[in-house]
Amino acid sequence: MSRELLSILLYLAVLVALAVPLGRYMARLYRGERTLLTPVLSPVEGALYRLGGIDPAEGQSWRAYALSVLAFNAAGFALLYALLRLQGVLPLNPAGVAAMAPDLAFNTAASFVTNTNWQAYSGEVQLSYLSQMMGLTVQNFASAATGMAVAVAVIRGLACRGEGRLGNFWADMTRSVLYVLLPLSLVVALILVGQGVVQTLSGAVTVTGLEGADQVIARGPAASQIAIKQLGTNGGGFFGVNAAHPFENPTVASNMLQSLCILLIPVAFCFAFGRMVGDRRQGLALFAAMGLLFVAGLAVVLWSEAAGNPLIAQITNTTGANLEGKEMRFGAALSALWGAATTAASNGSVNAMHDSFMPLSGLVFLVNMMIGEVIFGGVGAGLYGMLLYVVLAVFLAGLMVGRTPEYLGKKIEAREVSLAVLAFLSMPLGILVFSALTVIVPQALAAVQEAGPHGLSEVLYAYASATGNNGSAFGGFGASDPFHTTLQGIAMLLGRYAIILPMLAIAGSLSAKAPAAPTAGTFPTHGPLFVVLLIVTVVILGGLTFFPALALGPIAEQLSLVAGARP
Amino acid sequence: MSRPETAAPRGLYTTAARQSLAKLSPRLLLRNPVIFVTAVVAALTTLLACRDLAAGTGGGVTIQITLWLWITVLFANFAEALAEGRGKARADSLRATGQETRVKRLPSAEAPHASAEAVSSAELRKGQIVLVEAGDLIPIDGEAVAGVASVNESAITGESAPVIREAGGDRSSVTGGTTVVSDWLVIRVTADPGQSFIDRMIALVEGAERQKTPNEIALSILLTGLTLIFLFVVVTLEPFARYSGTSIPVVFLAALFVTLIPTTIGGLLSAIGIAGMDRLVKANVIAKSGRAVEAAGDVDVLLLDKTGTITFGNRMADAFVPAQGVGEARLAEAAWLASQSDDTPEGKSVVALAARLLGDALPRAEISAHVAFSAQTRLSGVDLEQGTMIRKGATDAILRHTGAEPDPVLAGRIEAIARSGGTPLLVSQDDRILGAIHLKDIIKPGVRERFAELRAMGVRTVMITGDNPLTAAAIAAEAGVDDFMAEATPEAKLQRIRDEQAQGRLVAMCGDGSNDAPALAQADVGVAMNSGTPAAKEAGNLIDLDSDPTKLIEIVMTGKQLLISRGALTTFSIANDAAKYFAILPALFLGAYPGLAALNLMGLSSPESAILSAVIFNALVIVALIPLALRGVRYAPVSASALLRRNLLLYGLGGLVVPFLGIKAIDMIVVALALV
Repeated sequence: MSRELLSILLYLAVLVALAVPLGRYMARLYRGERTLLTPVLSPVEGALYRLGGIDPAEGQSWRAYALSVLAFNAAGFALLYALLRLQGVLPLNPAGVAAMAPDLAFNTAASFVTNTNWQAYSGEVQLSYLSQMMGLTVQNFASAATGMAVAVAVIRGLACRGEGRLGNFWADMTRSVLYVLLPLSLVVALILVGQGVVQTLSGAVTVTGLEGADQVIARGPAASQIAIKQLGTNGGGFFGVNAAHPFENPTVASNMLQSLCILLIPVAFCFAFGRMVGDRRQGLALFAAMGLLFVAGLAVVLWSEAAGNPLIAQITNTTGANLEGKEMRFGAALSALWGAATTAASNGSVNAMHDSFMPLSGLVFLVNMMIGEVIFGGVGAGLYGMLLYVVLAVFLAGLMVGRTPEYLGKKIEAREVSLAVLAFLSMPLGILVFSALTVIVPQALAAVQEAGPHGLSEVLYAYASATGNNGSAFGGFGASDPFHTTLQGIAMLLGRYAIILPMLAIAGSLSAKAPAAPTAGTFPTHGPLFVVLLIVTVVILGGLTFFPALALGPIAEQLSLVAGARP
Repeated sequence: MSRPETAAPRGLYTTAARQSLAKLSPRLLLRNPVIFVTAVVAALTTLLACRDLAAGTGGGVTIQITLWLWITVLFANFAEALAEGRGKARADSLRATGQETRVKRLPSAEAPHASAEAVSSAELRKGQIVLVEAGDLIPIDGEAVAGVASVNESAITGESAPVIREAGGDRSSVTGGTTVVSDWLVIRVTADPGQSFIDRMIALVEGAERQKTPNEIALSILLTGLTLIFLFVVVTLEPFARYSGTSIPVVFLAALFVTLIPTTIGGLLSAIGIAGMDRLVKANVIAKSGRAVEAAGDVDVLLLDKTGTITFGNRMADAFVPAQGVGEARLAEAAWLASQSDDTPEGKSVVALAARLLGDALPRAEISAHVAFSAQTRLSGVDLEQGTMIRKGATDAILRHTGAEPDPVLAGRIEAIARSGGTPLLVSQDDRILGAIHLKDIIKPGVRERFAELRAMGVRTVMITGDNPLTAAAIAAEAGVDDFMAEATPEAKLQRIRDEQAQGRLVAMCGDGSNDAPALAQADVGVAMNSGTPAAKEAGNLIDLDSDPTKLIEIVMTGKQLLISRGALTTFSIANDAAKYFAILPALFLGAYPGLAALNLMGLSSPESAILSAVIFNALVIVALIPLALRGVRYAPVSASALLRRNLLLYGLGGLVVPFLGIKAIDMIVVALALV
């Protein structure tokens, strides 16, 4: 265990060591300053702007920015949907995969446009190479860049001095792809190929196994998709079993690299935030709050997986970690780390069966997603999600020090509060109401494998994953049922745009306000007190909303497990 | 200044109790979404209880829960009614002064008084001219255009000493409801009936036209949002419970819902707002809008006039500086004698200082003649029986009078006094200069500490004075203000406000003159003195009836206290929910998963008693917090971080812990009384 613990500490250290310079790089990039890659990429960037007729210096109002986001995503959605429906007659389809059913195509398109990458299909049998590369991989970049652009716009709204402009969406999006996602993906993909991840355009191979039977082994252009799936917190695997597949994640080294990629850009955003608002301590405070929440969750998962299942221990009279549903090449600790990271970061890729984790670990995964994917969260999305909590924390704390609440000198007033509340409603709506519908409708409930509290966990997990735009699957949930493909699609769109739009509106409202000068009467939003306040706000608001449902799911399961283990 | 309590507490409570029933009208309840929702839920459980009774299926717990839900609504209404009631008594006494009277209307300001026609005060309109004479009630707000009179304004200010009102200058404003004590005034009416100062004051203290303030609106939205979220939580709980193999009675769901939604702060929110305004009214400040009061809590910079706010209005004797060979006592004696006939505050201060220095050894010289101060000689004093001339006066006047030169040491010290911002007066006996009196602006006691408090709160103070920069700097240093503006003109003041605002600061100031009006209007919080001109009173958003510029500090404190009370009780209300979950959820789910009994941290005796106890606690906590809501959360001027830490501990952590204890205690009582 001590070696495993050491590797996790090493992981955290490397993560921060990489994220700090990346954050600095991103801050320069989004401020339009010269970066390391500017000499190489600016001709390409300029050519793209000329092609699109875009003036990158032209700032947009929040409405224009939001309209650009919606237009870009709507076009991406339509294109992907068409591609999936027509893949049977389009080229690059060596396996002869047929067109996807309408409800599944809707679900998949919504999933990839919203950066969820929930997979109600199995990639190797239901997607052509063209769909994988032109459809999913393109959206892996586009949806990640959308989240990053929105976060940058929100930061500008906080940082600007009353100009009322949030920047240019097209420029932010282009820069995110060109300067951040593409170069990083290139490097990561090459390393992954070096570790043995497949990358080929040839079809599946048929081999004769030891038992003499023919076996079809799927392959394809995996490494290129995996790099961006991790970096862009997409999570949609090339293969159905995702990062547990030996072609996706063959070694401990590839596992560590991918674990790093899951959190790299979200963590870097904290530091970029601090630089962009002109006070690095502000970014550090957000990093501290997210980091403490992450480490707390990770510690619970590590402990409960290492402790193992008390019932099995009782029956077999042995002790040991919970290894059910885990790849032996990763073991309990690295699987726990991945699980905590992927649910915290809205990534959704898995290297183990989440259904088989201890109920307590499942509880942590659920909470990570239910609070809205704000523990680092999706690229960009985690930051602006956390800023929603900041708005509420600052509002209450501001009142308690006797001033109109303000954050970074911007007054938080009725408009900001109502928009934040509106955004907050999407989580209970998508998770609680849709889960309740599932258990009411018999056809929907039939898709749930288990009965009892574990079954409820499966339902809650599915809708938390969709609404939180995570995309990871707990398992034990028949996601391909038309009821669920449709409802999940709606949940994903809700969880994405019912937060992006209010958040951009908040940024727009704040951008028009001139910042107030800080005095001894304004409470600082960078000290330990604020970090604690923010954590408590996240835990209390999330806890109050989801505690009753969780009590009937993982909490009941864990308690009965513990009770049953007593002699 | 204090005002006798106008209503006996007992009467206040019974009125409030009656009012809380009247406030059950849906139209009134709708103004408070959280309490409205509680009432709807209570109505629903009432139907359920009736159904149970009709079916004869017991329903003892249902009836009790229903009862407590209604009590929750009534308690919230009671809090609001109580807060309003305190203002009502004041409003009634004000209304008595605003009654219709006969008035003498003049065709024009220059018309002879005999041409006045008697009309009803209700017929007066803006711009008309009215004559008021000794004994008359001033019918409505106006501006004196002719005459001078002493006016009793106690109806408004509570101050019984009459004040002078005269045409022209900064004391021309008169207020309806006040009485002319002597002489007469010709007034131009500046307000239509029903819009006068008194009418506004009545509306304000009654809370009748109370507009929600910006922060209150924002908070209401947050509370409504939380209510909506909890609606999702509770409505979806029934399907989840059914899936888990148990069924939850609707009345229990209703109980859970009401205990979760922020009824505590929802029930007290309007009471806090009304009580805050009432505190200002008690301090004799009239806010034209609640917005101004909230803005006062946000103020970053206070512009304070030196005279009357930081220093006493006049210079006072601070020290005696004897010439060489003269004892201090001898100088003090001479100064005492020279000031015997000087009735100015300066003269009195010299007498006081000398008396303090000399104790019982006051001089017993026989005064033969008093020499009064004149603009020509610029000195005053006495001639004694023996013909000795004792004089005091400005330096050059005494030098001319005596023809002597001060010794070099004294000359140096005279210069030092002038440099320090003080004024030197010389005292002479015949042709000998005995020494100097150091006159200086005396800083009001406690002012320095006040400014230190303000600094701790993050409020900077800027002293405004017409003095030269040297004098201003000396006084500023002594008073402990953060900055000063010397030789300030109204234009410079206005510019200063704009500059501060451009840097993102909120500015408060007070003023009374017409030339203050632009600055008062520009300032985020402008406090006009009631003694000031109508223009100043129109421009300010608060009016201080006592005309006390230091009141600005009180106003800032009240504004902050108002916000803190809301924030603290909201935090308390939300933190309470944790305990309620641990009380109610195990009770609801015990049938499905007996293991969940582990969540019954309080060890409540039965599911029914647990739910009932939570509902009872939820109702009682509103009543328990009414005094806090009316009084306001204690506010000490410390830094924001310290304040936040304290309030988070008290209301956040307290809000987590208190309900665990409270619900447990109520559960024990419920069981002891065998209510379930």
